Amino acid sequence: MADIKRRQFDSLIIGAGGGGLRAALQLAQADASVAVVSKVFPTRSHTVAAQGGMNAALANVLPDNWHWHMFDTVKGSDYLGDQDAIEYMCRAAPKAVYELEHFGVPFSRLDNGSIYQRPFGGQSQNFGGEQAARTCAAADRTGHAILHSLYQQNIRAKTHFFDEYFAVDLLKDEEGQVLGALAFNIHDGEPVIIEAKTTLMATGGAGQLYRTTTNALINTGDGMAMALRAGVPLQDMEFFQFHPTGIAGHGMLITEGARGEGGYLVNADGERLMERYAPKAKDLASRDVVSRAIATEVREGRGCGDGNHVMLKLDHLGEDVIQKRLPGIRQTCITFLGIDPAEAPIPVFPTAHYTMGGIPTNRYGQVVVPVKDTPEEPVTGLYAAGECACVSVHGANRLGGNSLLDILVFGRAAANHIIEHLGEHRYHKPMDENSIEQAMQRLNRWQQTGEGESVSALRTELKAVMEEHCSVFRNEQVMRHGVEKIEALAKRLDDVRIGDQSNIFNTARVEALELENLMNCGLATMHSAYAREESRGAHSRIDFPERDDKQWMRHSLYSLENGLDYKPVRTKPISVDSFPPKPRVY
Amino acid sequence: MKFKIYRFNPDVDAKPYTQEYDVDVQPGMMLLAALLKIKDEQDETLSFRRSCGEGVCGSDGMNINGTNGLACVTPVAELKQPVEINPLPGIPVIRDLIVDMEQFYQNYRDVKPYLIVNDPMPEVELPQTPEQRERLDGLYECILCACCSTQCPSFWWNPDKFMGPAALLQASRFIEDSRDQATAERLADLEGPFKLFRCHTIMNCVEVCPKGLNPTKAIGNIKKRMVARTL
Ligand SMILES: Cc1cc2nc3c(=O)[nH]c(=O)nc-3n(C[C@H](O)[C@H](O)[C@H](O)COP(=O)(O)OP(=O)(O)OC[C@H]3O[C@@H](n4cnc5c(N)ncnc54)[C@H](O)[C@@H]3O)c2cc1C
Ligand code: SF4
Ligand code: SF4
Ligand code: FES
Repeated sequence: MADIKRRQFDSLIIGAGGGGLRAALQLAQADASVAVVSKVFPTRSHTVAAQGGMNAALANVLPDNWHWHMFDTVKGSDYLGDQDAIEYMCRAAPKAVYELEHFGVPFSRLDNGSIYQRPFGGQSQNFGGEQAARTCAAADRTGHAILHSLYQQNIRAKTHFFDEYFAVDLLKDEEGQVLGALAFNIHDGEPVIIEAKTTLMATGGAGQLYRTTTNALINTGDGMAMALRAGVPLQDMEFFQFHPTGIAGHGMLITEGARGEGGYLVNADGERLMERYAPKAKDLASRDVVSRAIATEVREGRGCGDGNHVMLKLDHLGEDVIQKRLPGIRQTCITFLGIDPAEAPIPVFPTAHYTMGGIPTNRYGQVVVPVKDTPEEPVTGLYAAGECACVSVHGANRLGGNSLLDILVFGRAAANHIIEHLGEHRYHKPMDENSIEQAMQRLNRWQQTGEGESVSALRTELKAVMEEHCSVFRNEQVMRHGVEKIEALAKRLDDVRIGDQSNIFNTARVEALELENLMNCGLATMHSAYAREESRGAHSRIDFPERDDKQWMRHSLYSLENGLDYKPVRTKPISVDSFPPKPRVY
Repeated sequence: MKFKIYRFNPDVDAKPYTQEYDVDVQPGMMLLAALLKIKDEQDETLSFRRSCGEGVCGSDGMNINGTNGLACVTPVAELKQPVEINPLPGIPVIRDLIVDMEQFYQNYRDVKPYLIVNDPMPEVELPQTPEQRERLDGLYECILCACCSTQCPSFWWNPDKFMGPAALLQASRFIEDSRDQATAERLADLEGPFKLFRCHTIMNCVEVCPKGLNPTKAIGNIKKRMVARTL
């Protein structure tokens, strides 16, 4: 392995979405040498697609404070969120937004010159009272505005970028300390070992697990799978969010901001359907609640058109509001449906959207694993932040607008902890050659030629299995078959071959590696879901319709070697009283 | 539907060639979906970039029947057959439809595309009125797809000297931002016969921008500000 190119940095960040770039900026500004590896040019990362906005209790439009935000987040999580991390995030939120504004984010503005905020689902004043308006927005292009500004500030800070490099696996020594990662340059296929005192995973979600998804084609759960293979269990993977309003049959997202601005859902009878399911919050109930409502309407025969969707009505808002506040989704509807939402309603259906689970971390971004009797022992040198991580602030159901917040707050927190770590660890540990060999084997495995299955055929089956067996409503039988099917698919991976053996921009090779990663994430999701015999947040079992706090108020941990394990929820906040579990009504 | 696609892999091909594909297209299908179908079902070696599939990430700029555009928001139904697909023109090809964007990015970085504020930052947001904020509409939405710059003759001839429409649009985005405090330097940086003034207002860039942005107008605004400054 001596001939593989090696580079050395203080800190390695895998992923150049909002999480990775926020961390990179913090590190670069602290004069650490930092390398950011991304399989796509940074501004093509999926954060760019985020629409509606980011939550922070700025109280620019309606009264607000971080403690109400915390209550809503705990309730939204269906009491599976860790309350110390949630308190930390909600307290840090206003500062995170002001920092972004100072970095240049072109937030929409109110008449008095302050940042525009809109109502989003699951938000309340005064611990469950009136609707709040907590989501800071740049029209409906907030993710674009944030990602570009962060990339721009990183240009200014002279961060090292490895653009269009694919990270293959983590490298670690026998004590389990993480020493960097093996990646390869997609342009010419050349492998490179990046040695670093700390490695931060910021690789985003795994939305490509499902056939219909709001997620970009690159969201294949690579970082989560890398962690799994490095022996880190994945946490709470059964909680996959289905966004209530994906464009039916297509999957493009219509932001919750559309309902925040006053849009509402109607069924085939023209009824405002959410009045039945959430009398108070109506269309701004939590996402799991709205998604189940739509799925139920369709199942009970009140779907529109062919009966397989409901309608999102916006035309009553008037063209002005739509053009000013929701120009992006208006364009998307015109492009993909030939429908102008200023004139006609949009057909929508719950669509795979967000991976609540992921790599377990504490609120400093350190990856934590169970060791003997301690459920959360940090893995030296390894951090995770953003959608690939599970802190867990979202628990069983994420609130809209809390993910952009999560990636920024914990990207920054992880960087701050890394800076401390770097202060205490001046030298790189020696590289572990065995670990390189293993990672190279995984890469070289794709040089096998001959007859075999194709990547695309297996991937299509995987997505179909996930959609059929692990969707909005679940039950024992459906998931038992799901487990059997996905285990069979995973075995077939060995027989997959790619014909393209070129080293120049080989996208077939990239897709093959991504399929392996997706498969690992699929296994984790299906197994965790099958085992959890209750309904909580996005995990909704017809055969176990109630939440069971006695048995199941605990986090799932799935590992490749040992299968499932569990650990308690951290119910104790940092400084305030704990919010005990209560029935969740909206 | 028939597609004629530019192919070139320097690993194996002595020179570029055109390959024909036949694809079953469905109503409402976008060009990206047709390309993915070719890659999945006919030819895994066909190479192109893609990510979001909805026109926001800027990955899949290519030349479609002679005009630059994003494959993911181009309905195949509107295209004349056979659909001729080429890489973005005027910049080096890495493989098939994948081009080397380095010069394009370099020009972007050269206009200092970041907010510069020299005063101490307040504890809260820098104020900006809705009217001031509106001046950024039509500028900040750029997705760096390079459709405009690679359709600009001035950029083809002098990619290392003329900034090109995309980078100039970014320059304008910061010049117009009421919060930015480096306007004078930004304008000074663009002086000389090439960086800005090579634009001959041919408007190719405006015609192809998939986000409906208007780099020509932005360039005009910069020119106006320069004139105002020297008066
Ligand atoms: C359509 C849509 C709209 C949304 N709107 C909102 C919203 O309004 N508000 C909100 O709060 N949240 C929203 N979300 C969720 C939010 O956008 C994401 O959760 C968040 O942006 C994830 O950021 P990230 O930094 O964790 O990852 P990403 O932005 O996904 O970035 C992942 C990075 O990792 C890199 N990477 C991955 N694998 C590898 C590998 N193997 N090698 C090298 N690099 C790799 C990628 O190149 C990329 O740079 C939305 C999500 C979607 C899908
Ligand atoms: S208007 Fe200027 S920038 Fe645009 S294509 Fe013409 S020369 Fe290029
Ligand atoms: S101005 Fe338009 S065409 Fe040019 S890079 Fe930006 S989005 Fe693409
Ligand atoms: S794939 Fe993102 S713009 Fe086309």
